[in-house]
Amino acid sequence: MKRFIPLREAILSAAILFLTLLVASRFPGFVAPANLANVFNDTAPLIILALGQMVVILTRCIDLSVAANLALTGMVVAMINVAIPGLPIPIILTIAVLMGAFMGAINGILVWKLSIPPIVVTLGTMTIFRGIIFLISDGKWVNSHEMSPAFTGFPRTVLLGLPALSWIAILTVVAFGIMMARTQFGRSIFAVGGNPHAAVYTGINVGKTQFWAFVVSGALAGLTGYLWVARYAVAYVDIAGGFELEVVAACVIGGISIAGGIGTVGGAVLGAIFLGVVKNALPVVDISPFWQLAISGSAILIAVAFNARSGRNKGRVILKSAEATQ
Amino acid sequence: MSVIKKLVTSVALASAMFASPTMAQEDVRIALVVKALGIGFFEAANEGAQEAAAELGNVEIIYTGPTDTTAEGQIEVINALIAQQVDAIAISSNDTDALVPALKRAMQRGITVLSWDSGVAPEGRQLHLNPSSNPLIGNMIIKLAADHLPDGGEVALLSATTTSTNQNIWMEEMNKVMGNYPGIEVVATVYGDDLADKSYREATGLMQTYPDLDAIIAPTSVGIVAAAQAVVDAGKVGQVNVTGLGLPSEMAGAIESGASKSFAIWNPIDLGYSATMLAYELSQNGAEAAPGAEIPMGRMGTLTLDENNEGAMADPFVYDAGNIDEFKSIF
Repeated sequence: MKRFIPLREAILSAAILFLTLLVASRFPGFVAPANLANVFNDTAPLIILALGQMVVILTRCIDLSVAANLALTGMVVAMINVAIPGLPIPIILTIAVLMGAFMGAINGILVWKLSIPPIVVTLGTMTIFRGIIFLISDGKWVNSHEMSPAFTGFPRTVLLGLPALSWIAILTVVAFGIMMARTQFGRSIFAVGGNPHAAVYTGINVGKTQFWAFVVSGALAGLTGYLWVARYAVAYVDIAGGFELEVVAACVIGGISIAGGIGTVGGAVLGAIFLGVVKNALPVVDISPFWQLAISGSAILIAVAFNARSGRNKGRVILKSAEATQ
Repeated sequence: MSVIKKLVTSVALASAMFASPTMAQEDVRIALVVKALGIGFFEAANEGAQEAAAELGNVEIIYTGPTDTTAEGQIEVINALIAQQVDAIAISSNDTDALVPALKRAMQRGITVLSWDSGVAPEGRQLHLNPSSNPLIGNMIIKLAADHLPDGGEVALLSATTTSTNQNIWMEEMNKVMGNYPGIEVVATVYGDDLADKSYREATGLMQTYPDLDAIIAPTSVGIVAAAQAVVDAGKVGQVNVTGLGLPSEMAGAIESGASKSFAIWNPIDLGYSATMLAYELSQNGAEAAPGAEIPMGRMGTLTLDENNEGAMADPFVYDAGNIDEFKSIF
C-alpha cells in the first residue's frame, strides 16, 4: 500500500483536505467546484515553477532566479506583443520558453563549468535579470490596453471547463511524472542528488545533469513569465517579487529534501496546492491582515515538521523493503 | 517726402529702438527644471507652464533638466541657469538635500526658487507646491466611489502593505469624512502588498466574501490595476466599480473595459501651470512666501502655505472615459 501512496503525500493530502474543510466551515462558498477550479488556476504558475525548482533541488542545487527570469521573459514578450501585435500566440510561447531556457542555461553553465555554488550564481543572476528588465523597459509599465486581446486572452481560454492556464499546469505535471520516472534524465537527477560520487561511477556527468536541470527550470520560468503577464495583464520591473521563495517553500512543504536526492512530482504539486489553498483562503476567511503572514509562515513550518518526521520513517521503510525483495 | 511723413517714420523708428530693449528686459524668464527630460509627466507640466506664460503675456519658459534623473545633472542645470540670470527657478528635485547649496546660491543672486511635485529641503527654496494634500486625497477616494452610488452601498478598500505610510494616512483621512457620505459603508480593508498577484487574489476574495459589493477603492497604482483585472475576470463589470488612485496610462484598459468608471491622480498640466504662476507672483508681484501666506495661482485658485512653506494645489484630478484618451499617452 505504501508503495503506491507514499506516506508524505498522504499526510499532505490530508492536511490540504483538512484545511479546505476548515475554510469551508467559515466560508461555505470556498468548496464550490467553480471556486476550487479558480484556486487551482491561481496556483497553476506556482505548480509549474515548483516542478522546475524540484528538479534543480534534487540535484543538490537551488534556483533563486526563477521569479526574476519569469519577470524578464514576461516583460520581453509583452514588449514584443506591443511592437508586433499580430504575432501568433504559439510563437510567443516558443520565444518565452526558449528565452527562459537560455537564462537557465546561463545559471547552469556557471554552476557546471565554473563550479560556483548555485545559491551564489542564482542570487547574482536574479539581480542581473531584474536589472535588465529595468534597462529594456526604462522602468515603464506595459499596460493592458497596449497588449493585444489574443495575448491576454490565451491563459483565460476555457477548454473542457478549465482555463488554458490550468491545462498547461496539468500537462506539465504529467510530463514531469513521466520524465522523472521513465527517462534516463529523470533517473540520473535522483542519482546525482542522492550520491554524486556513486553517480560518477555509473557514468553520469554530475555537472551536465545539473546544467540541464537549470535549463528545465529556466524554460518553465519563461513559460510562466508569459502566462503571468497575460493573466494579470500588466508587466513591470517588480512582478512576482519574492515569488522564488514561495516556489522553494512549495518544494520544501512537498517533501523535496533541500539536501537533494529525495522528492516526488506528487509532493511538489501537493506542496504548491497547499500554499495555493492557504493564499486563496486567507482573503475570504476574514482574518486580520496582520495575522495573515504569521499564519502562512506557521503553516509552512508545521508542514515541514510533519515532513521531517515522515521522511525519517520512510527512510527505514525503504531499506526494509529493499532487503525483503532481495 | 513730406515733413509729417518723415516725422512719423522717425518716431516709429525711435519707438522701435526704445521698445525692443525694454521688451527684452521685461520678459520674465522662468526656468521649469524637471527630474529628467523626455518623461511624459513633465512634458505635460511644461504644457501647463506654457499655458500660464501665454496667460501672463510677458513670460518666457525655459523648460530644462538633466537627461537622467540624477542630482548631479540638476546641479549643473541650476548653475547654468544662475549664469543666465533667470528670474525664477521652479524645480522638481531628484534629491531633497543635495540640491540645497546650488539653490541657495541662486537665491543669493536674487533668483526666486520654488520646488514642486518632488520637494527640496526648506532652506533650499522659498516654497514647495504639493500636487495635493492628504485630507484632499482621503476625501477624493471615497467621493469617487460615492458619486456612482447615489443610493449608498458597500465599498471595500484594497491598500498596499499594512505599513504603507501614504495609504494609511489617506485611509485615515477618508474615515474622518465618512459622515459626509451617508449610506456608504466600508465593509473591509485588505492589503495587496503592491504585488499584482496578491492584489488580484485579495480583490477576488472581496467579491466572494461580499457578494453585494459595489465598489473597490484602491489608493495604490498596482492595486487598482490588479483589482480592475480581477473584476473583469470575475465577470462583475458594471456591478463592482474599481476606483482610487492610478495613472492614466496604466488604467486606460480598465476604463475601456468598464471595470473602472473613474479614478484620480494629480494633473501634471495644472501642476506646471500653478508652479509657473507662483514663480511669477514671487518674483514679479512681490508675494511673500511665509507661513500662512495666500498666493494666487491663476485659474487654480490660491495656495495657502503651512509652517514649512508648503502648500497643496488642489483636489486630485478625476480621469474617466471622457478624458482618458487625452492623458493616457502623457503619463
